[in-house]
Amino acid sequence: MSPVRRPVPEPALAGEGGAAVSAWGAMPRRSRLAFLGKWRNPIGLIGAGILVFNVLVALFGGLVWRVGPDEQFADRLLPPSWDNPLGTDELGRDTLARIIHGAQVSLQVGAVAVGIALVAGTLIGLVAGYYKGIVDALLMRVVDMMFALPGLVLAIVIAGLLGPTRRNAMIAIGIVITPAFARVIRGAVLEVMGYPYIESSRALGASGLRVMVRHLFPNIVAPLTVLVTVYLSTAILSEAALSFLGLGTQPPEASWGGMLNSARVYVDISPWLSIFPGLAIMIVVLGFNFLGDGLRDILDPRLGAQVGDVPLRK
Amino acid sequence: MIGYIAKRSLLVIPTLFGISVVIFAMVRLLPGDVIDILFGGDVTADEEVKQRAREQLGLTGSYPEQYWRWISRAFQGDFGDSLRNTEPVSAILRDSLPITLELIFLALLIAVVVGIPLGVISATRRDGTRDYAARVGGLVGVSIPSFWLATLLLLFTSRVFGWVPSLSYVSPFDDLGANLAQFILPALSISVFTMAIVMRMVRATMLEVLGQDYVRTARAKGVSRSKVVYRHALRNALIPVVTVVGFEVGVLMSGAAIVEIVFGIPGVGYTLLQAIANRDYPVIQATTLLLAVTFIVFNLIVDLLYGVLDPRITQG
Repeated sequence: MSPVRRPVPEPALAGEGGAAVSAWGAMPRRSRLAFLGKWRNPIGLIGAGILVFNVLVALFGGLVWRVGPDEQFADRLLPPSWDNPLGTDELGRDTLARIIHGAQVSLQVGAVAVGIALVAGTLIGLVAGYYKGIVDALLMRVVDMMFALPGLVLAIVIAGLLGPTRRNAMIAIGIVITPAFARVIRGAVLEVMGYPYIESSRALGASGLRVMVRHLFPNIVAPLTVLVTVYLSTAILSEAALSFLGLGTQPPEASWGGMLNSARVYVDISPWLSIFPGLAIMIVVLGFNFLGDGLRDILDPRLGAQVGDVPLRK
Repeated sequence: MIGYIAKRSLLVIPTLFGISVVIFAMVRLLPGDVIDILFGGDVTADEEVKQRAREQLGLTGSYPEQYWRWISRAFQGDFGDSLRNTEPVSAILRDSLPITLELIFLALLIAVVVGIPLGVISATRRDGTRDYAARVGGLVGVSIPSFWLATLLLLFTSRVFGWVPSLSYVSPFDDLGANLAQFILPALSISVFTMAIVMRMVRATMLEVLGQDYVRTARAKGVSRSKVVYRHALRNALIPVVTVVGFEVGVLMSGAAIVEIVFGIPGVGYTLLQAIANRDYPVIQATTLLLAVTFIVFNLIVDLLYGVLDPRITQG
């Protein structure tokens, strides 16, 4: 639950994103192209593997395990067996099928919420970093305000006020992580703005929009990549939390957080129900954290390949 | 130093003002009329009754007027009455805030007391088995959802020890032992993330400090290894950790909100979620504001502490 920071220690990734920009900019073009081959840290590859597996499960899991997530069997609260590898729930629904459906839900929420933050945050960051001055000051004050509330609390309030649906949960999570994007993008833009090619482009008469789209944006793709990786896991974790609180995906539809919520009542009789969905959440988030670790090594070689190291700010 | 404290404290005011406007706006920018939602689309409701509800909620007049009325009363400790049972919101907050603060404090304590030694061990035995275990453990620690961990801990203690914490709140002033027994599992479940962050942070800064010249000089002078690590290195390595703790309070607040539900602890998070379920707007506004203020104050303290620990900051 790392998003969200203060009056105002930097957002989780400000340092990393910024560092990534300079490292990226400093890399010769050829090594930029070869960067995918540069996994010095095997943990990044493991993370990528976990995430690819998760996407495959979400996309094709239903074709392999041909049981519907809402299909009801006669036997309820079954422990794992050959017929139901992860058991059945209080309504006799197959847990494996529901976890596969939950994978789709979490990916959808992650993609939409991060998409919202990506578009809104990049816009705010580009405009603030390009125009500077009063526009920048105003936008960044608003961003600071949003950091003054713990992230999940803000998401709970927004989702709660809008009404408990998955769409609203996605909007709430998107709003909550937008400031982090805005701030990191602004930092990256400010750095790129210092390069002579921006000045030349403006001297040649390029409009503000053109400079932003053609020259600034392509040069902030590296920090964006790290941001997206990290905040996808935040979004997935937040969706699980909101659904667990009954503010996200609504039953009877399967979602990991929702499954954990309804399993609470049966934790004594059928602990399986409380274990597997949480395990699914943890494995996916772990995948993102592993991948983030690996990406950081590639994009910021100064940090060295140390498993589990954090650069100074978180 | 005094100038630094004054400057940093004054900076809190615009932040507080801003966040209060955000919270105020959030409730009002909602799609649909709050009053209509409250009456559940009951079209037969008397317009006069609705008007009275509007007045009671402070929804009459222009937005600046409404804001002024809300914030000036809030300063006097008057947040209106709960729509649910007409209890004053301030009384609800007075009951719930200490509970959440205790939970956060305990979690922070566990995280720091366990996280710092783990970080030191990991750094001083770099690339050893214990280091590797701590590093992987750290990554797992930041990946476990606290509400799931809470369930697992409950499951574990009930299966292994046949013990579950009391589900009705016990005040520490009535029975400190029972209170701590009730708080230990929730505090532990939200502390794991922070613990992992503290551990990773201490490890990273320790490695950096251990490579400094003065550490080598101290060793060369014949100071014992453990003395160098704990007296010289750890002290300097801890400074950046302090800032992380400030930000972690926000994470702990988020965690507390959910875990309070799992353990039935009537803290601020519990109150907030109940208020959301009941569409109890005065309570939602007040609890959110209170959480923001707590968070801002915490960060102010951390920043000031940072200034004390690292005099270079205050001379900026």
